[in-house]
Amino acid sequence: MFEIFGVPSQALFGQLLLGLINGSFYALLSLGLAVIFGMLNIINFAHGAQYMLGAFTAFFLLQYLGWNYWVSLLVVPIIVGIVGIIIERLFLQWLYKLDHLYGLLLTFGLALVIEGVFRNYFGSSGLPYRVPDQLAGGRNLGFMYLPNYRGWVIAFSLVVCLATWFLIERTKLGAYLRAATENPTLVRAFGINVPRMITLTYGFGVGLAGLAGVMAAPIYNVSPQMGSNLIIIVFAVVVIGGMGSIMGAIVTGFALGLIEGLTKVFFPEASNTAIFVIMAIVLIIRPAGLFGRTA
Amino acid sequence: MQKVIALSALALALACGTAHAQYSGGVIKIGVMNDMSGVYADVSGPGGVEAAKMAVEDFGAEKKGMKVEVIGGDHQNKPDVGSNMARSWIDTQGVDVIVDVPTSSVALAVNQVVKEKNKVFLASGPATSDLTGPQCSPNLVHWTYDTWALANGTGKAIVKTGGDTWFFLTADYAFGHALERDTAAVVEKNGGKVIGKVRTPFPGTDFSSFLLQAQSSKAKIIGLANAGGETINSIKQAAEFGITQGGQNLAGLLVFITDVHSLGLKTAQGLIFTSAYYWDRNDASRDFAKRFAPRYKGHMPTMVQAGVYASVLHYLKAVEALKNDSDGKAVVAKMKEMPTDDPLFGKGTIRADGRKLHDMYLLEVKKPEESKAPWDYLKVRATIPAAEAFRPLNEGKCPLVGG
Repeated sequence: MFEIFGVPSQALFGQLLLGLINGSFYALLSLGLAVIFGMLNIINFAHGAQYMLGAFTAFFLLQYLGWNYWVSLLVVPIIVGIVGIIIERLFLQWLYKLDHLYGLLLTFGLALVIEGVFRNYFGSSGLPYRVPDQLAGGRNLGFMYLPNYRGWVIAFSLVVCLATWFLIERTKLGAYLRAATENPTLVRAFGINVPRMITLTYGFGVGLAGLAGVMAAPIYNVSPQMGSNLIIIVFAVVVIGGMGSIMGAIVTGFALGLIEGLTKVFFPEASNTAIFVIMAIVLIIRPAGLFGRTA
Repeated sequence: MQKVIALSALALALACGTAHAQYSGGVIKIGVMNDMSGVYADVSGPGGVEAAKMAVEDFGAEKKGMKVEVIGGDHQNKPDVGSNMARSWIDTQGVDVIVDVPTSSVALAVNQVVKEKNKVFLASGPATSDLTGPQCSPNLVHWTYDTWALANGTGKAIVKTGGDTWFFLTADYAFGHALERDTAAVVEKNGGKVIGKVRTPFPGTDFSSFLLQAQSSKAKIIGLANAGGETINSIKQAAEFGITQGGQNLAGLLVFITDVHSLGLKTAQGLIFTSAYYWDRNDASRDFAKRFAPRYKGHMPTMVQAGVYASVLHYLKAVEALKNDSDGKAVVAKMKEMPTDDPLFGKGTIRADGRKLHDMYLLEVKKPEESKAPWDYLKVRATIPAAEAFRPLNEGKCPLVGG
């Protein structure tokens, strides 16, 4: 087996694959953020809390109703999405005309409240959620042992990401949405209910966070702070990809997962900061992000 | 006018109520500082404050005419937040003693402040053995456990049963470094070998990459020099990546009962670790746990919460004997002079370097079928007597220890 920079290629492939797995979470979460920012101009800081909400909802469904992972995968995004819609109707809809900062502060506050409430009732060590039986175990790929569940995470999130991209960039509904963002008054003149569309879009973006939460539940512990651990990185991903760019969020999510995976091999201590260093460099060279359109 | 006189008379009467004792500000103020909201919140958190209150009640402070107040604070695992809080507690709120302070980096910072202000620091939560080593202070008692004791208990037991090659997953801050250093020393002293280590950024959630590096090292034992949520995630992910099935074993160097609770017995079974307290060990420990649980979410106390209780109890005894709480050094000297005796740790002593000595226990997580009741998780494999459980006095490099 050959070596790359003193690291056996076997180990390196394994690390790259792991990076891709983390990347799929980054992609899925930053996708939701990008959709919400692109369509609503809201910087949704509650995204991490909504992701945590997804994981907890899956846990409750299993614990109290006996609904398994597969049902959760379908039901949880809807439940969390509805929570999002309620938040949008109650609070966010009043903020569209104001500066971005108000939306950011509101969602940040909401995130703290939601996390605080969960911490109060469930503590900080978290709750166990088992990998579904169909995906238990793993397979030996020659260079590493890949748990089936992690393989599923990569494949499924890739499908979800591309479907979302297709929905927004290539369908009529997506075209309405984008038009409504550009010029809401004109789109309303065509008889389209713009406020409802915006509400549903927020619900969809939040639902994506909930979905990521369900997928994360068997891997990480279901704990109140699981979202806040991730949200800052995900924001960096969105900034690097270009605020509001759907494809940017997806590609950057996966790419940064890979880069982070590599730093974990060559300079583990810096793996938490690598993404932010990249963010700083990108902001200097291309302030609108890699895929962003300058206004 | 009459009213004013009456009020001043009342105020005077209140102030003189404890005239025979000189408590600064008329009240003994206990500040329980820990992680109330982050990864270590279940290890002590609000439960630590509750344990301190129980100690005050059990001591019978009110009956003895001593006014004791307990406050809590969240240091967020940040040394700067911790040391600022310590300063403002002591300077503006009249706090006499700071208790608990898990997270070694914060504890080391608070230790400096307390020493400078001549108050008392009862460390229950932090692990680093440096607190009674190069960083030792005449104002400190390190109560519950330390990295040396953990390493000595778990490390020795594992090397003796054949686990002689080690790879460390180390949380990249003061605590992880100290735990790794102390365990590596024990491993090597007992004839084992450390063949690799990786420092993981703190706090982290995904350890799969580091676990894979540990796997390819072919070490027999993967030592987890981390704590709380990090340990939980490492153990979970090691199972997921088939590391334990592949013949390598995990050594949890700092495991709390709340971690076992969170992992579930199915994942955690067979794990061996060292602890200073287990609630189901004897009648006295059970009695405390049964009184504690209803006050704190039905949780059985962790060793850190037990340590908060016992250290506050002993502190109050010392203050009562001195009838004075203003000179931190004098209080700690009194605490060292008086033998300790409490229901949770039994009889013990506090050494010149501030180290509290008591037995430690090597515990093993039960199999799911062995567990008869909620929180019935552990069995005691061995008792490590106080004399062997902690680092010998002359090896700590504590400047307080002459010679």
